[in-house]
Amino acid sequence: MATQNTKTLARLMMAPSVLLLLIWMIVPLAMTLWFSFQNYNLLNPANVSFAGLFNYQFFYTDPAFFQSIWNTLAIVVGVLLITVVGGIAIALLLDQPIFGQGIVRILVISPFFVMPPVAALIWKNMIMHPGYGVLADIAKFFGFRPIDWFAQYPLFSIVVIVAWQWLPFATLILLTALQSLDSEQKEAAEMDGANFVNRFIYLTLPHLARAITVVILIQTIFLLGVYAEILVTTNGGPGYASTNLAFLIYRTALLGYDVGGASAGGIIAVILANIVAIFLMRAVGRNLDR
Amino acid sequence: MARAVTTRHKITATVFAWLVALLIFFPILYTLITSIKTEPEAIAGFSLIPSGTFENYITVQTQRDYLKPFMNSVIISVGSTILALIIAIPAAWAMAFSPTRRTKDILMWMLSTKMMPAVAVLVPIYLMFRDFGLLDSRIGLTVMLMLINLPIVVWMLYTYFREIPGEILEAARMDGAGLWQEIVYVLTPMAVPGIASTLLLNIILAWNESFWTIRLTTTNAAPLTAFIASFSSPQGLFWAKLSAASTMAIAPILILGWFSQKQLVRGLTFGAVK
Repeated sequence: MATQNTKTLARLMMAPSVLLLLIWMIVPLAMTLWFSFQNYNLLNPANVSFAGLFNYQFFYTDPAFFQSIWNTLAIVVGVLLITVVGGIAIALLLDQPIFGQGIVRILVISPFFVMPPVAALIWKNMIMHPGYGVLADIAKFFGFRPIDWFAQYPLFSIVVIVAWQWLPFATLILLTALQSLDSEQKEAAEMDGANFVNRFIYLTLPHLARAITVVILIQTIFLLGVYAEILVTTNGGPGYASTNLAFLIYRTALLGYDVGGASAGGIIAVILANIVAIFLMRAVGRNLDR
Repeated sequence: MARAVTTRHKITATVFAWLVALLIFFPILYTLITSIKTEPEAIAGFSLIPSGTFENYITVQTQRDYLKPFMNSVIISVGSTILALIIAIPAAWAMAFSPTRRTKDILMWMLSTKMMPAVAVLVPIYLMFRDFGLLDSRIGLTVMLMLINLPIVVWMLYTYFREIPGEILEAARMDGAGLWQEIVYVLTPMAVPGIASTLLLNIILAWNESFWTIRLTTTNAAPLTAFIASFSSPQGLFWAKLSAASTMAIAPILILGWFSQKQLVRGLTFGAVK
């Protein structure tokens, strides 16, 4: 009887969280799905009618759509590459005995705590500005013409900014994982004459697999929705060169007032996120269960 | 001989580590330096030596009323985190201490709600906020951020609570402790560190959230994220002031973050990496 009581109590304790998340997940998503089949423009709200698949067709035939999907994936893959490879390298470096380790760690982790609009504006104005940025100063010092980063390489610039924000996260997690590596194992490998490369491939990398998996999983969730960095730097341009799917939907909804079109885009974004999620879960599931 | 090699190794590693660290930290450092330059100095080319004026900080406050978005950030991030804790603590507690076959599934499902792209529900949320008069209101944004972070809060608390040994409860019961005494003297002290870490991390996440905070506010309820983003349009000639505003926007959370490194790893990896 006591167990029955405990079970009821446990259900009651869980109910608020579960219900809230259920509502939060279902209601807006159902509305998005509904809107996606309607002709609904905020400039003409009295004139709402059934649109069938027109919104999807409209979104699908828009050249910006494919570009935005490509850009979304480019941002995710680009940032993941930089942060995972860079994170491993920096973590290996910080795992060595060094003077002032505490301060070094603090300096390295700092960008993670910088809010996206600030990070983007710092890079836009102080680092990458073609006239007054630090990179322009360096280029001028060596006699080169400064590069107008956001005009010439808009997507790459966004990737750099976002990678700067996430590199600390990857580094910190990989470093934590590295430090849990058994030092006896390392010494044994060293005694057996394994050089640095071999130790890295056969000992360190397998040990890091789980941490790398977690880094990829968590970063992907956030990277699919990169928004503020684009808003304050390129505003999606030039043209659609740096518009990702999140930004395209925002543009359609709040700048184009097209509720139906934006909703169709939203549903496509959900499908895309689910494909990535299933793919990721399958790839990482085995790794996490261990 | 061996010692000489290790010392040299340590010095080499130190030099490289500091170089990398300073390179990564440089944009923040340069912002700090620029914030105490005058405006002409700020665009006069690369220089690490400012004239040391605090005028920019004063201007940002007097001209743009910096304290208002700052207070909004504090209210919204702290408020949403406490609200999430109140709702999540019982849930995490139940899952950690009376787990059923479905507990793991429920946790995974909660996490999967984080996978839903925010932008997919931008339209309905925006319209609902408009219709309920919640646009640009602190209450609306607080509830919104609470919902967004709820799955993470439940997960983090769950991983902390799970580590509290169940036997200790039985021992307390054997010694004749009632339910109330059990909660006050045994469980609370053991749960507090986990709750505190969760609180800290979620304040950081909420403080830096930059989609809903920018889209659902204009002036009244705008926190620092929206405040700073509003500086994006006019180019140049105001960088020292922008740097001052930026420094003030990130300083509190930066310092909080430095103290939460360990919890950050644990919390954001849901206990998978410790």
